[in-house]
Amino acid sequence: MYSDKVMDHFRNPRNTGEIPDADGVGTVGNPTCGDLMTIYIKVKENRIEDIKFKTFGCGAAIATSSMTTELAKGKTLEEAMNITRASVAESLGGLPKVKMHCSNLAADALHAAIEDYKEKNKKRGSKNEI
Amino acid sequence: MPVHKTSNIYLDNSAGKPVDSRVVDSMLPYLKTSFGNPSSLHKYGQEAKQALDNSREKIADLIGAEKAETIIFTSGATESNNLAIKGTATRNRKKGNKILTSAVEHISVINSCKSLIRQGFQTTFSPVDSFGFLDLEKFEENIDDQTKLVSIVYANGEIGTIQPIKKISEIVHKKDAYLHVDATAACGQIQIDVQKEGIDMMTISSNDFYGPRGVGALYIKESIRIDPLIHGGGQERGLRSGTENVPSIVGFGKAAEIARVELKSEGKRLIKIRDDIIHGLMGSIPYTFLNGHPIRRLPDNVSLRFSFIEGESILLSLAMFGVFASSGSACTAKTLQPSHVLLAMGLKHEEAHGSLMITLGRQNTQKDADYIKEIMPAIIERLRSMSPLTPKELKR
Repeated sequence: MYSDKVMDHFRNPRNTGEIPDADGVGTVGNPTCGDLMTIYIKVKENRIEDIKFKTFGCGAAIATSSMTTELAKGKTLEEAMNITRASVAESLGGLPKVKMHCSNLAADALHAAIEDYKEKNKKRGSKNEI
Repeated sequence: MPVHKTSNIYLDNSAGKPVDSRVVDSMLPYLKTSFGNPSSLHKYGQEAKQALDNSREKIADLIGAEKAETIIFTSGATESNNLAIKGTATRNRKKGNKILTSAVEHISVINSCKSLIRQGFQTTFSPVDSFGFLDLEKFEENIDDQTKLVSIVYANGEIGTIQPIKKISEIVHKKDAYLHVDATAACGQIQIDVQKEGIDMMTISSNDFYGPRGVGALYIKESIRIDPLIHGGGQERGLRSGTENVPSIVGFGKAAEIARVELKSEGKRLIKIRDDIIHGLMGSIPYTFLNGHPIRRLPDNVSLRFSFIEGESILLSLAMFGVFASSGSACTAKTLQPSHVLLAMGLKHEEAHGSLMITLGRQNTQKDADYIKEIMPAIIERLRSMSPLTPKELKR
């Protein structure tokens, strides 16, 4: 059912865990639907210096989370915003059709984490101005 | 996580079973030499007819039926459920248009009822308690004088809970309705006596006791009249036209004969393995819960749920160790909905997602149980370590 790449990321997921002092945190999904993902990012000079994830979900949910963190690591925020559900699925050698929508949310979690970082940065920026 | 695929341990026996080699042997002559049509009057036909009647006898014996003629061969449990429900409902339409069933039925019962709803029938799905037992008080309230058919599962294959069929039949008959029982998962595994238990119609599946697939039966009391679904040459008392699938029916009969003899000892053996897995896993893995009743459950059924993680990822992990099981999680279903049976028992969606179903079979031994108990704690711990839902005390 799953590609070798998906199974590789399920078996040996990259970047699992939390970043306690993360600069941005993004959570999508909910446990009722069977998928919940949180992505933590550490940003330095507009680049994603470190990234980690926590995922409750099926094999595809865990593999897409892992792949997203791998794709995003070291990228500028703009580049990371260009990572999409489709590009994550493609990098994994494809996903079963039924999993494309429900379990392929990690790119959304990444975008949410970046937005969160920008939001916090804005506040920090405005505080500095005062 | 390293791959330790050392074995092939099949623990999904409710989804499909191997055909017993004694059954295969019994079928072969009817594929090769005794290939006649039971409706033919010549030697070949009569040979096939004799084989058909012998099988009917054996299946009647397994369930304590009064006569062999009460057994109608079908293509399997789905057809038997359709025939019993639609055939009874349409035949009795003038007397009443209500059907009562439960919230923990097989999809073939649910969808048969739904097709009747579209034709103007009413269906009530009676609730179950947290063990999956029918709530008998509400059940009785749900039967009125328009209710002519009640269809209840003997034991649901997902949770293993065995319904109190005798009590149910007493209620149904007091209200002058017919009781159909879907015994797909139970028949051949536990002792059933249709006469003593007051069952009017009962669905039986061949593969569920190691017979071939594509064949099943509906037990139907001789006095009950129902409409056929398939029209043609009037085979099977006119209730199931079409040339009989003789080789499969012969195998089905042989499987019934073996089940009748071995049912008690095999049940005892499986219960020991079942309970060892249940107690072993619940004892070694925190936040592990049993679905269904601890004692009134099918001998082959282990249904557990593990909090904070999702079932498909448990199955994938088990497959890496060469262990093959099933789950009620939405991610393993075509519908992307968690099992309606688990939800009916009052579980939340996220609880149902974390379910694992192990169904044992003749080929499983205590060794398999030991292996499961050995590998499961690390599998669950690894998935929980990745889950955002896991409470702090479980995190390393």
